[in-house]
Amino acid sequence: MTQEKSPTPLPVLQEPSAGSAPCLGALVLPPAESQVPRRNFLLRVGIGLSALAGALASVPVVGYLLSPLRNVGQRDWVRVGALGEFPIGETRLTTFANPSHEAWDGPTSMVPCYVRRTARDRFQVFAVNCAHLGCPVRWFPESGLFMCPCHGGVYYDDGRRASGPPPRGLFEYLWQIRRDELWVRGGALPTLATPA
Amino acid sequence: MLDWLSKVGAWLDARLQVGGTIRETMAHAVPRNTASWWYVFGSATFVLLMMQFATGILLALVYVPSAADAWQSLQVLNHQIAFGWFLRALHGWGSNLMVAMLLIHMGQVFLFGSFKYPRELTWVIGVGLLLLTLGMAFTGQIMRFDADAYWGLGIGASIAARVPFVGSWLVGLLLGGPIIAGQTLSRFFTFHVFVVPGLLIGAVLVHVLLVVKVGINEWPMPGRLVNRKTYLARYQRQVHEDGVPFVPDAFQRDFVFGALVILAVIACAAMFGPFGPSGPPDPRLINIAPKPDVFFLWMYAALALLPAELETPLILIVPGIAIAALLLLPFISGTGEKSWKRRPFAVLVVVFLASGFIALTWLGLQPAWSPSMSAWSGTPLPPRLLQGRTPLEVQGALVFQNKQCRNCHALGGTGGHRGPQLDNVAVQLTKDQLIRQVLQGSGEMPAYGDHLPPAEVAALVAYLETLHPRYQPAARVSASSSPSGP
Repeated sequence: MTQEKSPTPLPVLQEPSAGSAPCLGALVLPPAESQVPRRNFLLRVGIGLSALAGALASVPVVGYLLSPLRNVGQRDWVRVGALGEFPIGETRLTTFANPSHEAWDGPTSMVPCYVRRTARDRFQVFAVNCAHLGCPVRWFPESGLFMCPCHGGVYYDDGRRASGPPPRGLFEYLWQIRRDELWVRGGALPTLATPA
Repeated sequence: MLDWLSKVGAWLDARLQVGGTIRETMAHAVPRNTASWWYVFGSATFVLLMMQFATGILLALVYVPSAADAWQSLQVLNHQIAFGWFLRALHGWGSNLMVAMLLIHMGQVFLFGSFKYPRELTWVIGVGLLLLTLGMAFTGQIMRFDADAYWGLGIGASIAARVPFVGSWLVGLLLGGPIIAGQTLSRFFTFHVFVVPGLLIGAVLVHVLLVVKVGINEWPMPGRLVNRKTYLARYQRQVHEDGVPFVPDAFQRDFVFGALVILAVIACAAMFGPFGPSGPPDPRLINIAPKPDVFFLWMYAALALLPAELETPLILIVPGIAIAALLLLPFISGTGEKSWKRRPFAVLVVVFLASGFIALTWLGLQPAWSPSMSAWSGTPLPPRLLQGRTPLEVQGALVFQNKQCRNCHALGGTGGHRGPQLDNVAVQLTKDQLIRQVLQGSGEMPAYGDHLPPAEVAALVAYLETLHPRYQPAARVSASSSPSGP
């Protein structure tokens, strides 16, 4: 049992030999030595045509698969609410409709945000997504802090990072005032690669 | 009846011609010592995969893969369709047990040296099966399109966004657009139901074919080294001299264990029911603390406990190194000793990974790093921590509660555990140090300087100074002449 002597004659794990036995009773002809030079002509035509068809079909397929990349940076101005909804000196949780949404988005077409109004025409609009890993942060007006429930990131009332794992402050949307209404530029999930 | 059946069988086989192959496969000789209870985990994983296919197809009869309706269709499955809840539970528990069984199987073949020559490819495809199965687990969590799934997608996108240069493209490809919406669920559905299962079927077939063709790994004997020149002949000799037919000798244990595993899934499903769904996937409902499913909890824990500056490199580099190490293993260590009794390093690796996995999962179940978001309003201070305090100190306790200090700091065992428990803080910090900590904070604590009026700071620190054991006075500066404390 321990001594290795002569290798057994049993064939195992050998490279498949040219003359392997036909299987399952089906008639298998060995590939003939091609004497006539154009005997495999149609085979070559077939390979060429298939390659052409594959190449042509792959253009739309690749374009279709990569189509989400076309609107990676897509953002649009959207109304958040009347200025009267946001008292000066307070931070309010509110929502806006994702500027590009489809009928089957359901509740995911809404986007939450925090609106902080510091003066009559001064605003900060924060994304709720923590800059660490995107969990929704909560606002505590008593201590003036945003706290993240996932890994304990904390931000100050002006969005600066206070403590914990976030690498930066809260993401801020661009905002503008149009006819006594607050509008923000939204539409993309705020992440480190695509800040709002 | 039997006669008639065998006639039908013969008619079919005359045309299909697979009976011979099946009989041959069933009867193929395997080493006697592989007819062991240690060799049942792979087949059990396969049985669970088959059950996942069956229950998944049944769920797809009702499930609606639309962001607007998926959550509602899960409610219908749970509450209106007969046994819908049970099929969801079978699918959920089956997935957990499948990942568990796969990991056990992997640990076993690693410790038994099964990945060595000539079974390298079997191992490599097995690594692929691990990744595909984890892919099923993650995409399956998204199918349960609830609040956890919604914010879980946000976490996935935030991780993808950390890849340098192409992060924004990865986010776009992951979500199917710039934001989590209808197209996101559609593409995860495609992956969960078509792409990954298709790849799984192909990879499993090749994996099993290799097990049959190359032969089941013999029980490793310490000192019997794998040598590329002699191994095949020796294995053949062992199979011939001391082999048993796969069916029934080896198969019967697989059969019994497979049935037991299915019974375990049925028992879990009946006793514990389906997983969720939790609240609806409405981003406006932000009072949630999303948590991943059990097999990703270790990652959730690791991401909380790592130093922040190590996070991105570890997220991006460690998975690549881990997968590369798994794939290269049979080529680096393809010969030599198989028995775990002579491979202490291999045993250590398994012990290290298993204990790390279990410890991090355990920590993830009770996340001490998360603030307790409602402690400030929902967890009152124990009366004994208020007794005998002056009005100023009681006022300080109120500040402690009202300013959400309690969300991170426990007192009397209740409250958050993000920061240290403060029952004895007066022993550790002097009055000046307490003031400094409150006003300036630290990397792990926000600075309250801008948000606490001096009077509140004075009250808060006065209260904190009372937090010390009766037998141990509060700390004070040695140069100070005025003793602090109550």
